[in-house]
Amino acid sequence: MNTAAQLAPVVALVGNPNCGKTALFNALTGSRQKVANYPGVTVEKKTGRLTTPAGRSIEIIDLPGTYSLRARSPDEEITRDAVLGKIATERAPDLIVCVADASNLRLALRLALELKQVGRPVMMSLNMMDIARKRGIEIDIAALERELGIPVVSSVAVRRGGIDALLAALDTRLAAHQAAVPSAWRVPDAAALRGSQREADRMLQAAIRKVGRLDPGTAKADAVLLHPVGGLVILLAILFVMFQAVFAWAEPLMDAISEAFTWLGALVGAAPLPDLVRSFLKDGLIAGVGSVVVFLPQIVILFLFILLLEDLGYMARAAFLMDRIMGGAGLHGRAFIPLLSSFACAIPGIMSTRVIDDRRDRLTTILVAPLMTCSARIPVYTLIISAFIPDREVWGFVGLQGLVMFGLYAAGIMAALGVSFVAKRLFWRTTSGEPFMLELPDYKIPQARSVAFGVWTRALAFLKRAGTIILAMMILIWALASFPRPPEGATDPAIDYSLAAKIGRAMEPVTAPLGFNWQINVALIPGLAAREVAVGALGTIYAVEGGEDAPEKVGQILADQWPLATALALLAWYVFAPQCAATLAVIRRETGGWKWVGVTFFYMLALAYGAAFATNQIARALGAG
Amino acid sequence: MTAPPTIALGEAPVGFRGHITALDLERAPAVGLPPPELERRLIELGFVEGAAVELLHQGLFGGDPIAVRVAATTIALRRREAMAVIVTEMS
Repeated sequence: MNTAAQLAPVVALVGNPNCGKTALFNALTGSRQKVANYPGVTVEKKTGRLTTPAGRSIEIIDLPGTYSLRARSPDEEITRDAVLGKIATERAPDLIVCVADASNLRLALRLALELKQVGRPVMMSLNMMDIARKRGIEIDIAALERELGIPVVSSVAVRRGGIDALLAALDTRLAAHQAAVPSAWRVPDAAALRGSQREADRMLQAAIRKVGRLDPGTAKADAVLLHPVGGLVILLAILFVMFQAVFAWAEPLMDAISEAFTWLGALVGAAPLPDLVRSFLKDGLIAGVGSVVVFLPQIVILFLFILLLEDLGYMARAAFLMDRIMGGAGLHGRAFIPLLSSFACAIPGIMSTRVIDDRRDRLTTILVAPLMTCSARIPVYTLIISAFIPDREVWGFVGLQGLVMFGLYAAGIMAALGVSFVAKRLFWRTTSGEPFMLELPDYKIPQARSVAFGVWTRALAFLKRAGTIILAMMILIWALASFPRPPEGATDPAIDYSLAAKIGRAMEPVTAPLGFNWQINVALIPGLAAREVAVGALGTIYAVEGGEDAPEKVGQILADQWPLATALALLAWYVFAPQCAATLAVIRRETGGWKWVGVTFFYMLALAYGAAFATNQIARALGAG
Repeated sequence: MTAPPTIALGEAPVGFRGHITALDLERAPAVGLPPPELERRLIELGFVEGAAVELLHQGLFGGDPIAVRVAATTIALRRREAMAVIVTEMS
């Protein structure tokens, strides 16, 4: 036995976008990851371990979807290099599994022909056989094996027992210990591609007994959802419902969380502890963290919508509908998905720009992604809206608060379109760009487990932030707001003597034209680490200032102390403010330098200051001061 | 016998059904890609001579982009790029 035999063999999953490769990966490894329907969403290399029925331990890699090994984007380069064994840190695959959607085999067969040239053992897994059968497609697997010259097995990734044949085949294949031969793969030119597609078409004729028509359900749905006018109206309606839901459905849950923290605060408040310790626990820890955790329901609802639409296969349609509109602003239709993800958080949004092949299109998208209203802004918006905007209905059925929320989202979108329009002319001086070419997959019913797992990981990530960065910031704010202690016999609130007040007042000359008071200034500083911290910071500052006031009354305190113009200016500030260190860090990573970080930070800061200034001045002039 | 008339897929109306007779990259000069690259991408998405095509949907503004059924796959692309795909109508 040599040492290589002791290492688990590596099996790489390669396939077209939307072939159900990620679902197969989940079924094989048991890890419940995101299963998306949008071409190219698997941007990171995923690995998992599994033990075959014969007791063999295998390492599985899930590679980004591609139509060819001829890589066109950073994603596809990963697939090519991994397959060719060119990634220095990774072992070359011992077996390549070409995953194919059984109901959409044509492009997969061409890819399989390319994979065969690599010189490593290859087999094919015909995924979604159940769907193909339902559509009346009959595949002669023996004929396909003969034509392709590699083993072919069928699988149904989303059904229990659906991958037994694949597991058995993995065992047989790996037991054969077929040695790799030098790769004969060369970057194909058009003639080679054309030749291999013709060859694939010939095989298809030999192996498919009955050709399926366009999925009738998809055809019916697309007649409505891709209708030139109706489709756009429905897309807008979906977005509108999504944002109303974020506001309305989350409320009972938020109230419950808020009450729990109040109860906890009261418990600590009544405990026999030294004043300083009690203040730290109640005003620093509980008030601070509580005011952020309360937004968990809204974040869960937002991600639920995004993941459902993705798994349903609607996202590619949204890109189709939006391509011309976004093209007018200099954005690529493919940018729609990264930008929509940025409504949840700019970080996954910016990471998913890897599906855009053209560097200039990609940079433009990265530049404007932070303008999409991310979930971290929701706490700030919600706090101010519920404090200052009356809770009543307009036009008989739309909540005014939800409408203002929608307006803030719209402002972010308009700004993004404007900035990309300018950037395209300022930086690139070009209007023609990357072609828009995208597969529209058949609609699929989202798998409850997959969606639930996606939402769960997002919720965990948010809570982890609340437990780490946000918690640390809260403690810092509390310390700044509590020290130095007021002198004996002081009459003003304790916070007036603190370091926080000094910092906030020092910033007043700069922020006074925006209508910001020193309390807001203090809250803006930790907001740089994470936007939602600003809310917790305001909670801490006013809780400390107000002594025994409960943290959930912050909104009420703000309504009493701030003029409306200030509140509106702060909303305007947050539409644009570059206040998220994590986003800037991911821009640095994705663009490979500080230049675009600097550009993003300063243009957003300038927009934020300008918008808050204009809002404050106009609101005052209209009598809202 | 004369060859059946051909048009570019980029100028076909919704509902058009036919098959591909050629890829002519010179008909799509406005695309921001070198012609050989556009040709390879079209082939990778299944636009190969002989393949059956049907124009299923189009966008609101300028009828752009279009959704095309190519054999058993639905592809969205802009009319600008589809100009390179020469098709003949099914008789």
